[in-house]
Amino acid sequence: MRVFWTLLSLVLATPAYATGLEPKPGIGQPVDKGLSLQLPASAIKENMEWFHNDLLLPITTGIVVFVFALLLWVMLRYNSKMNPTPSKTTHNTLIEVIWTAVPILILIGIAIPSLKLLYFTERNPEQTEMTVKVIGHQWYWEYEYPDQNGIKFSAYIKKNDELKPGEPRLLETDRRLVLPVDTNIKFIVTAADVIHSWTVPAFGVKRDAIPGRLNETWVKVNQTGVFYGQCSELCGADHAYMPIAVEVVSKDAFAGWVKAQQAEQGLTPATQSN
Amino acid sequence: MAHDTHDHTPGFFARWFCSTNHKDIGTLYIIFALIAGLIGGAFSVMMRAELQHPGVQYVLTKDADHAGGVVGAVERMANDAVAGQSSATVDSTGAPTDNGTRDGQLWNVMITAHGLIMVFFTVMPALIGGFGNWFVPLMIGAPDMAFPRLNNISFWLMVPAFALLLGSAVVGMGAGTGWTVYPPLSSKVGHDGMSVDMAIFALHLAGISSILGAANFITTIFNMRAPGMTLHRMPLFGWAMLVTAFLLLLSVPVLGGAITMLLTDRNFGTSFFAPEGGGDPLLFQHLFWFFGHPEVYIMILPAFGIISHIVSTFSKKPVFGYLGMAYAMVAIGVVGFVVWAHHMYTVGMSVNTRAYFTAATLIIAVPTGVKIFSWIATMWGGSIRFTTPMLWAIGFIFLFTVGGVTGVVLANGGMDLALHDTYYVVAHFHYVLSLGAVFAIFAGYYYWIGKMSGRQYPEWAGKLHFFTTFIGVNLIFFPQHFLGLQGMPRRYVDYPDAYAYWNNISSIGAYISFASTLFFVGIAIYTLKWGKKVGANYWGEGATTLEWTISSPPPFHTFETQPVITAEAGH
Repeated sequence: MRVFWTLLSLVLATPAYATGLEPKPGIGQPVDKGLSLQLPASAIKENMEWFHNDLLLPITTGIVVFVFALLLWVMLRYNSKMNPTPSKTTHNTLIEVIWTAVPILILIGIAIPSLKLLYFTERNPEQTEMTVKVIGHQWYWEYEYPDQNGIKFSAYIKKNDELKPGEPRLLETDRRLVLPVDTNIKFIVTAADVIHSWTVPAFGVKRDAIPGRLNETWVKVNQTGVFYGQCSELCGADHAYMPIAVEVVSKDAFAGWVKAQQAEQGLTPATQSN
Repeated sequence: MAHDTHDHTPGFFARWFCSTNHKDIGTLYIIFALIAGLIGGAFSVMMRAELQHPGVQYVLTKDADHAGGVVGAVERMANDAVAGQSSATVDSTGAPTDNGTRDGQLWNVMITAHGLIMVFFTVMPALIGGFGNWFVPLMIGAPDMAFPRLNNISFWLMVPAFALLLGSAVVGMGAGTGWTVYPPLSSKVGHDGMSVDMAIFALHLAGISSILGAANFITTIFNMRAPGMTLHRMPLFGWAMLVTAFLLLLSVPVLGGAITMLLTDRNFGTSFFAPEGGGDPLLFQHLFWFFGHPEVYIMILPAFGIISHIVSTFSKKPVFGYLGMAYAMVAIGVVGFVVWAHHMYTVGMSVNTRAYFTAATLIIAVPTGVKIFSWIATMWGGSIRFTTPMLWAIGFIFLFTVGGVTGVVLANGGMDLALHDTYYVVAHFHYVLSLGAVFAIFAGYYYWIGKMSGRQYPEWAGKLHFFTTFIGVNLIFFPQHFLGLQGMPRRYVDYPDAYAYWNNISSIGAYISFASTLFFVGIAIYTLKWGKKVGANYWGEGATTLEWTISSPPPFHTFETQPVITAEAGH
């Protein structure tokens, strides 16, 4: 049967590790002249986007504009030409109480949704449907699928001359991590040598890969597509050259990919492979 | 800084190499910080030159052991500058070319050197050793620091420390660990050879220098204030230095412990941070940031003090809410010790721990807000003169606010997952340090150079320096917010092409800023040689602290007769 699956994968005319998905500009990767967060592909990132764009950004912009306006006003109104005789005021209890209390209220307004977001990013999915193990190395990522009979492979950066059209330089890997869409996936993250950090901006996921520790995070990707990330903890000379490429496919396509992988890696007894 | 004095001063060698005089030691610190700052700044311009375009243009190597890396990179940059065009980009993921292959290690060495030089050898010596030494005794009416010989040791430890740090960048593979020196990258696993050991020794010496200096400031401020100068009448720069000294005294030994353990891990077979021996890399991060977070306040509190004086002087008004200003700094210092793990939101701490650190970090915005509003209230109703130091101070207040609100964004443990280790963080801490602390250093320089040297800078030149720097640094760092939000990781020698646009603008800003800094060096030399001579209080009415009661430059020994402070003297 192993031979059968190997043959099947050849018949499908794509290498066994790819499902033929192509990256779309603006999805799962940075955009030229971009100003804000990458588009979300998970509920975590959607919450982050709301928190940043609809809450923090208006507040912080408002504060900066307010301070700028105050500075402009004092510079115009109280310069030595307009106001040759300075006042001698040095205290005003009321205003000091106000500018202590109002920021506290604003911060409480930030803290409550902030903590909600924080706990959501850590929410243990009610039901973990599958687990992926991520291991950082100098300078590539190794992935294992313990629930799929231990499929495993390593993903290295794709060299410039191997890139197909549409594949972004420095982000594409020779093999992509393949995940099913709409599935609660748990990641177990660790490292083999120094600290790395496994990051996919579109998912809102960033977790340090630390030797000797198993870190855990989760994601439920809500759309199919190719999503990219880059190592986010200084890990030596090729820190900039160990990207993360994730291919999110339909559950059926994922099942097919799993079978092909198991066959190729000789993991599944023939009786289980139908 | 040669000048005539009426006192008996020691000969050149005894005066500058064996100095126990707080003003001379302050001068040495300022010169030291200026030299280190130019070196650290040169590193940053080289980094921005490399990052101006995607691909790797300059940070290349032809041999495996990285020899001659920095020199080669500078050579290529110089050639391009002369030719007026950019080198052909090396295919950074492909085969070697005639120019060599990319050298990621050299890149990491550059970012590490830039960070350590700017923190330990530029901002700290300028603000604490330089202005602190010069003006704390003058402002509190003390004849000198409490321990003049200790003061001398503090300075002279910095010189070998700096030599060791520069050495660490060129010995072997160089220390490419980032200023955070996280193991295992900084252990033998990641950095064989001597370079990291040299960097550790550099930090040991700089740390000892800081601790001795801190003890000196605390003793001086507590015991040597002039009669009548209660703590609540002490100028705010004195308060700032007092809080800073306590932060140094309590935090630097923790760094010392951490890097000593790292040293024994590297050389004597211990495994404090090595998981294979039962250690934990995260222990180092906790120790480092227990130092590292107070450290950022160590760099900004003296700046707060300087800004308060300048705003008050040029508004011709006493500082608004003096007690609130003083205790806001104390509060920032205290809370600054219990927020360290907000640098570690992604390491896998429990969610409750992160909730605590989120809440504690947000609280720091309150005393910081008090300071911003009090400065504006000091100007309110004043009679403001827009001299060069005042321009820097107003620039500080505005840009520090920008850096402050991005700090509030980053404080949120949930949000930080998108921004941690991206250029958003780089933009944030450069807004508070490069556009905050460094603006305050320039503000203090222009405010006091007449006092220190007896000669005044040309006003037009100071203003030109301010406006070019203001434009330059904002061009560098504002676009980095966009890069960070888009997910560009920091400490990267090359980046995906989508980030090219803002990186190019950022690099142009760096060239403007560096040109502006070289112009400043010109101003400084001109001032010392040909600057207009000034009297005791060249700023007039608004300048009320004690240093304005003595001549410019001050006599070699000041306050041989103690001044007496009354309640009306103001702050």
